[in-house]
Amino acid sequence: MKFWKRLMCTARRKSPWLFHMNAGSCNGCDIEIVAALAPRYDAEQLGVLLQGSPRHADILVVTGPVTRTAVGAVKTVYDQVCGPKAVVAIGSCPATTNVFIDSRTLVGPLDKHVPVDVYVPGCPPRPDAIVAGVVKAATILAERGSDPPTPEMVIVETPGEVQP
Amino acid sequence: MNPLLTALARFLIFPGLLFAVPAAWFFLWVERKAVALMQERVGPPFMQPFWDFVKLLGKATPPRPGIAGFIMRAWPLIAVSSAAGAVGLLPVLPASGGFEGDLILLLALLELPSMCIIAAGFSSRSIFGEIGSAREAALSVSYNIVFLLAIVSIAASQHTFRLEALASMHPSFLTVLGIIAILACLPAKLHINPFSLPNAEQEIYAGPMTEYAGPELAMWELSHGLEWVAATGLVATLIAPHLALAWGTSLLAGCIFVALSVAVVLLLSVLAAATARLAIDSSVRFYWQCTLIFAVLAVSSALIVRFWL
Repeated sequence: MKFWKRLMCTARRKSPWLFHMNAGSCNGCDIEIVAALAPRYDAEQLGVLLQGSPRHADILVVTGPVTRTAVGAVKTVYDQVCGPKAVVAIGSCPATTNVFIDSRTLVGPLDKHVPVDVYVPGCPPRPDAIVAGVVKAATILAERGSDPPTPEMVIVETPGEVQP
Repeated sequence: MNPLLTALARFLIFPGLLFAVPAAWFFLWVERKAVALMQERVGPPFMQPFWDFVKLLGKATPPRPGIAGFIMRAWPLIAVSSAAGAVGLLPVLPASGGFEGDLILLLALLELPSMCIIAAGFSSRSIFGEIGSAREAALSVSYNIVFLLAIVSIAASQHTFRLEALASMHPSFLTVLGIIAILACLPAKLHINPFSLPNAEQEIYAGPMTEYAGPELAMWELSHGLEWVAATGLVATLIAPHLALAWGTSLLAGCIFVALSVAVVLLLSVLAAATARLAIDSSVRFYWQCTLIFAVLAVSSALIVRFWL
């Protein structure tokens, strides 16, 4: 039993499958997510795969400040992801709603609606920061196992050059 | 040796489950790695398909109540068992006796996973699953004609449907033509580019597998891997006699079988990385207009050689 638990922990750490959810993003972060999967950063060498269906995913990757029209979809998709699952907020928008703060079309930030595990700040964040955030989320997922999520905030420091 | 024991050993050890499951993971890795290398990426680590499988086993599945849920859960299991059965039937080790299936049984078992995918997409009641299933059905009607004609031409040129006889057949021009036609059908059978449209990633979410999660999805992955082993293994057993090999020792036969299978996997992966996804009308036209002519030529010349010469 202990062996199976350790094996499952390793498997969860080594095989994070993503579902990418755009919650009103300007597409800047989405392009950086694609860059993280493309040849230069190649997240697949860490086992990361972008999945088409939320049912297949372990990690929900959300971009955008959560607009009024998107909030229902975010909650639905979060429920569709089968446990154990983790949520990564990509960019400053889902973390703080960024420059759109106080806009009446927004109901963000993201953590008002779903529990967020890892924040990757930046506008947009660099691809290596996104990869680091996903790996961090996979580690949290592996340690947490099948238990319900506990609120703890992890912020990924942007490695390398800091962008405004 | 006891025939029942031999048959069991074939199904459970080689080329059956004990060999086929690691081989399925290995082939899935080879495919992903080859595509990554073609795209100048590093690609997944060696153990990746195994880790994916274990992780999927540990995930939750949404509740599926009632008989519809039961049926939906049953499809991946049927697909895995039929694909494993197809691998177990492959005549890799010469003259070992036991249960001897024939080519028709092998073809039926090879076809079952694809049928299960179609049924699974419709029984999941997801709109994306239904689109994927419809595409799979249309594609299946197209490539199976060519696939079956190619098999018939090989069988007719050898005057037999027995697998053991086909594994030790005399090479001829007709069988080469048949093998090429089978190779042309494999990308569609394995759902890889340029015929990846049934499970077109991102485009229609995940096609027939959209609603599947956790252990059920793990079974689908495993059945896909086993299909790789069975389909490439079929080609490998048909090519092997053409290399005029000494079929004396079982070990050598096994090694050659594995090497040929890996070569076919590499060939298909390179094709998958080099091409883009075709639309449904182009795919169907490819099989009905371009490939069918060669398959008909092969089967008619085989019949002419059989009956008139």
